[in-house]
Formats: sequence, structure tokens, C-alpha cells
Amino acid sequence: MANLKDLSKQKALFTGGHRGCAGCGAAIVARQVLMAAGPNTVVANATGCLEVVSTIFPYTAWNIPFVHSAFENAAASISGVEALHKSWVRQGKYDKKVNFIAFGGDGGTYDIGLQSLSGAMERGHNILYVCYNNEAYMNTGVQRSGATPKGADTTTAPVGKIKKGKEQFRKDLTEIMAAHRIPYVAQSVVGNWRDLTSKVEKALAIEGPKFINVFQPCRLGWAYDPEMTCEIGRLSVETCVWPLYEVLNGQYKVTKPKEKKPVVEWIKLQGRFRHLLKPENKPLLDDIQAATDKNWEDLLRKESLTPQVKTPELKPS
Amino acid sequence: MDKTNIVARTGNEAMAEAMRQINPDVVAAYPITPATEVVQIFAGYVADGLVKTEFVPVESEHSAMSACIGSAAAGGRTMTGTSSQGLALMAEMLYIAAGLRLPIVMADVNRALSSPINIHCDHSDTMMVKESGWIQIFSENCQEAYDNMLQAIRIAEKAKLPVMVTTDGFIISHGMERLEILSDADAKAFVGEYKPEYYLLNFEKPITVGALDLTDYYFEHKRQQIEAIKDSKQIILDVAGEFGAKFGREYGLFEKYKMDGAEIVIVAMGSTAGTAKVVVDGLRSKGVKAGLVKPRIFRPFPKEELAESLKGMKAIAVMDRSDSMNAQEGPLALEIKAALYDAPAGSCRTVLSYIYGLGGREIKLEDIELVYNDLSEASKGKAKPKVSYLGVRE
Repeated sequence: MANLKDLSKQKALFTGGHRGCAGCGAAIVARQVLMAAGPNTVVANATGCLEVVSTIFPYTAWNIPFVHSAFENAAASISGVEALHKSWVRQGKYDKKVNFIAFGGDGGTYDIGLQSLSGAMERGHNILYVCYNNEAYMNTGVQRSGATPKGADTTTAPVGKIKKGKEQFRKDLTEIMAAHRIPYVAQSVVGNWRDLTSKVEKALAIEGPKFINVFQPCRLGWAYDPEMTCEIGRLSVETCVWPLYEVLNGQYKVTKPKEKKPVVEWIKLQGRFRHLLKPENKPLLDDIQAATDKNWEDLLRKESLTPQVKTPELKPS
Repeated sequence: MDKTNIVARTGNEAMAEAMRQINPDVVAAYPITPATEVVQIFAGYVADGLVKTEFVPVESEHSAMSACIGSAAAGGRTMTGTSSQGLALMAEMLYIAAGLRLPIVMADVNRALSSPINIHCDHSDTMMVKESGWIQIFSENCQEAYDNMLQAIRIAEKAKLPVMVTTDGFIISHGMERLEILSDADAKAFVGEYKPEYYLLNFEKPITVGALDLTDYYFEHKRQQIEAIKDSKQIILDVAGEFGAKFGREYGLFEKYKMDGAEIVIVAMGSTAGTAKVVVDGLRSKGVKAGLVKPRIFRPFPKEELAESLKGMKAIAVMDRSDSMNAQEGPLALEIKAALYDAPAGSCRTVLSYIYGLGGREIKLEDIELVYNDLSEASKGKAKPKVSYLGVRE
């Protein structure tokens, strides 16, 4: 595990000069994941913000091999790359050890790419899929997705005279991935570089399919000042809106906040929830708090139900 | 050339056999009738260790082509197979494979598109993606399917374009015929080694594949792709020439059958051409100056060459196994007419168009005799319908 000083001296594998917004959380995810992965990495990227801001021809922000083909297929694309590597190694044509990482936003992962993701995970490719989850279709202008939380204002589930934003709770993709019984599933967050890089290192040391769902505040879609990205990320963990945890070979391990803060502390910083602070919307706010509490308790129960076997320290590749 | 092995094989078996000999690095595929057997048989080769291929049994055709794109971009010789709805589901990725200039080769077993759902042969699936940028090669029988697969690898890798080799669903795919199989050594020597120029697994020269191309570059890149499909015509001829010289079976952009002295001609693709040949033989023995032109390459469309071969005809019938749903006629007829329009003055303007065989409706010798009969009458100036629907109850 490298320290911050070491990481800061690394050659940037995801460079500056890309077209991400000021305060873009997706770029932080790409940069920190690659810091942990190192140069022997191939990236496949779903269509979306990250791909659009980083590869405007003739420029690229990727100092490693990178492939993008479409929106719903990052998992299938990287499985093709990984399959070729496996084939070449078996044929004795190639001997380099390579990390295979796919990046997709929540739209490309929770929704349109779910089938492709599920298929790749079930087939057992040696890949790491990283979802940079900003809870809506940000690239096309903040439309609701399966990851959008209840009550959020988006352009396809807007707050109006009658409606109060998205009416449904988000789906729990991390648990869907855990249900694939793959060796490693985790949640991480923008704003905790140590958590993210150590989870990536851990994942890449494991053979087989891995999935990390990284909660990524989006200053455009969530409507906050750009310097707040990391702070809002950390607050999402402290309020248990986005618990940090991992499921290693079925064993849950939750990183608990020192003090569980009320969800409203997180909500009040974001323009997409502005309407929830009106007195008449108090029941909706209570609803969101209750659901957050229940999810948190469920998670702790899962942790308590899985035996806490001490696993040997994994060495990064 | 080693001794060839003469066996009885179905079209699907013939294509799988070609794939075994090609021994690609990666095959990613999803089952669909009537193409399933191609990759099913191939999966058996993988299971028995007869090939070095990594087989990726994906969860959809969309992912099949996506994984093929990943593998081909990474530098691997990559193949797949599909049909009908599977090809339709792949459509998005077919355009991307061609735009990224990836030499993927596909066994494409022609089957009608839904709706209504139907599993039998017509060409509507392949025609649906005729603008995708893939080279499209049609096969008349099992032998051509096998030979075309071997040639397709060479064509794709030289042209840096993907190639689909088609057979007619059930008619060829499940029909057993005599097949001459090359020795493994000859097949291997013919397809050679693939040496990609740029590829993802080359860390010495990292590349970004699939960048965002806006108003300032997209057109130039598409222009290059347009040029590549034009250039592929010569590549197809060169590969066919080498194949013919080595193995004695001649291929071109299209086949001319009994065109010497012909006055009336049918243009038809796939297995129907085989049926038409029988009719032509019969008519010729009766002194009717009938001929046949069988396009093998639909993309790139050999416009000038086809127009030249149809020069001096008194009447032409184009037989389409799909309709364009444009309230006009089928795709092959439209292309032939466009070719004749640009041909030198005096070329044949009597072109009859026939839609036939949709959803696997049988095309019989009598149907084709009827077409030649129409052509005879049309060549004598008798008015005939511009578009006819052959073998349908109306």
C-alpha cells in the first residue's frame, strides 16, 4: 500500500488536461484507480462522461491502452480483451501480467449495461469492473437512472407542481453483484483515496471477476459548488447513505463511521434535494432517513451473519 | 498442395471445420437457430483441445460482437457466428467494428427477421446490415461456405475490415453435401499468421481505441473507411486468385454461368443460384439463350463489373430474397438498376424484379422456369410487371 507522497510522485496514467468539469468526481475515480492499478493495465470504458471528457480526438487522457466501443457493453468489451490475453498466454505468445479494468457510469452499469455486466461476472473473467456512480445520466444532462435516489430532482423525474422528483428508491447493485458470488465486491467513495486505492489493490490481487461501486458526487447533477466533491463524498459515508464495505469471498466487512449523522446533513448541501427541505416535504425526508437506517441495519446484520475469518494479507500484483 | 479430404458435411459443419483450421485466438458467440451449430461444433473443438481458441460463451449477440471488438482491438484473430435476430441485436456493434477497422470474421446464416417470427431462410437479416461497413460474401453451397471462410480471414486482415460469410439457413446450413476439405497444413499456410499493426496488448505503444470524433475529424475518418471498402474489391480478387491457383477452385466478385451468347439472364444470390443453374442447363438444351449471374460479393457492390457482365442482354430478372419495404423492390434489384443506369448507353433497360422465398418459402425449378419464361416474353417486347412476388398466395 503506497502512501500519499508516493502516489503523488507516480507518472499520471490518467492525465490532466481532460475536459471534465471543475470538481469532476469521475476523473478522480479514474486517476486514483489507475494509481493503484499501475501501468500494466488495459481499460475499457462505457460511453459516458468519463469517455467523452477524456478522449476527444486527437487527444487522450489515457497513458495506458484504452478501448471504448459503446454504452452498454464495457464488461463484454473487457472480457474480449481478457479472453485474448488468456488465449495468447496459453499459446505461449505473451507473458506479461495485465490488469483488466472496465469503467462505467451508473447508467451504463445499473441500467443499459446490467446484462453485459452480469454475463461477464458469471463467466468468471479476470476483470475488475468499476462503476463511477453519480446517481443519474449526467452526460446527457441529468436524467434519472436506476441508481438515482428517491426524491432527487432530475430532468426525466423532475420536481414539479405535483411530483417531488424520483418516486422510487434506487436499486442495490452492489448486492446484485454480491449475489453473483464473485470473489470480491466493494463499495468505495470519492473523497477517501486510501479506501479506494486499497480496495483496487486488493481486488487486483484476486484472480476472477471483481466489482467496485464507487460513489461519485457530481457537481453538475447534484448541484453544489465544485470544491465540495470530496466533502460530500465523505458525508455520504458518515450519513450511511453510502456505506463503505466489501464482500470478500462472501464475507462482509463494513467500515463504520465514527458517528452516524442524519441524512439531511448530506441532503442540504445538494441542489437536487432542495425541495426536500420545505416543511411540507418532511414526510418524504423521514421516509429517506428510515430507508437509509434500514439499509444500514441490514448491512450490519449481513456482516454479523458471515463468519469473520481472518484472511491472509493480499499482495498487490 | 496436399491431398484433399472428400467428406459429406452440412453448411454449418463446413463453416465450423474452416474455423477449426483457422484456429482463431478468440471466438465469442451466442446461440441462435439456424447458426447455433457453427459455434456449438466449434465449442466441441475447444473442449477437445483441437484449437487454441479462447471461447467466450456470452449472454447475448450484442455482447458477442462487443467481446469480439475487445479481442480484435487487443490484437487477436477473432471470429463469431450468428443469424437473423442475433445479427439485428448486433447491429449497433457491427457498425462500430467496421468503423474501428477491426478484421473480425463472422459466419452469418441467413434467416428471416421477425415479425412474424420465423426460423427459415431469407436474406432480410444480412440486407438489414448492408450499410454497416462489413464486407458481405454469399455462398451457394457448403463448399463455397468453407472456401469463403478461409478467404475471409485473409481479406479482413488485409483490408482492415470485418467480413461476414453467409449461407442460406437450413438450405445450406443443414443440407448435407460433398465437401472437399484442405489439409490442415494447407489451410494453415493459406490463412497465415495475423500480425496486427496497432493493438491494445502492446504496452510499448499504448493506444486509445474508440475516441470521441467530432465535427473536425469524423468525416475524414469515415472517408478513409469508404476508401477501404472500395479498395477491398481488389483484395478480394487477389485472395481469390491465390486460392484458385493453390487449390483449383475459382472465385471472383460474382460467377457467370452460361453467359456466353446469353440473351436473358437471372441475377440471384445464395442457394437459389444453384437451383437456377439446373433450369439454365435445361433451357440451353432446348436452345433458349438463358444465363445466370450470381453475385458472391454484395459488399462492396461490384457495380461496374456486374454492369459489364450484363451488357447486351435483352432482358434481366433480379431475384431478391428480401424486400426493401420501400414500396419499390428488393435491395439487389435496386443496386443492379443503379449499376445499369451508370453503364454505357445501350445497356439493357428491361429489368424485372422478383421477390421470392421470404421466411423460407421454397423456390422450385418451376418458379425459376416461370421467370425465364417471363424474360423470354419481355425480350420480345411483351409488357411484364416491374415487380413480381414469386410463390406467394395473393
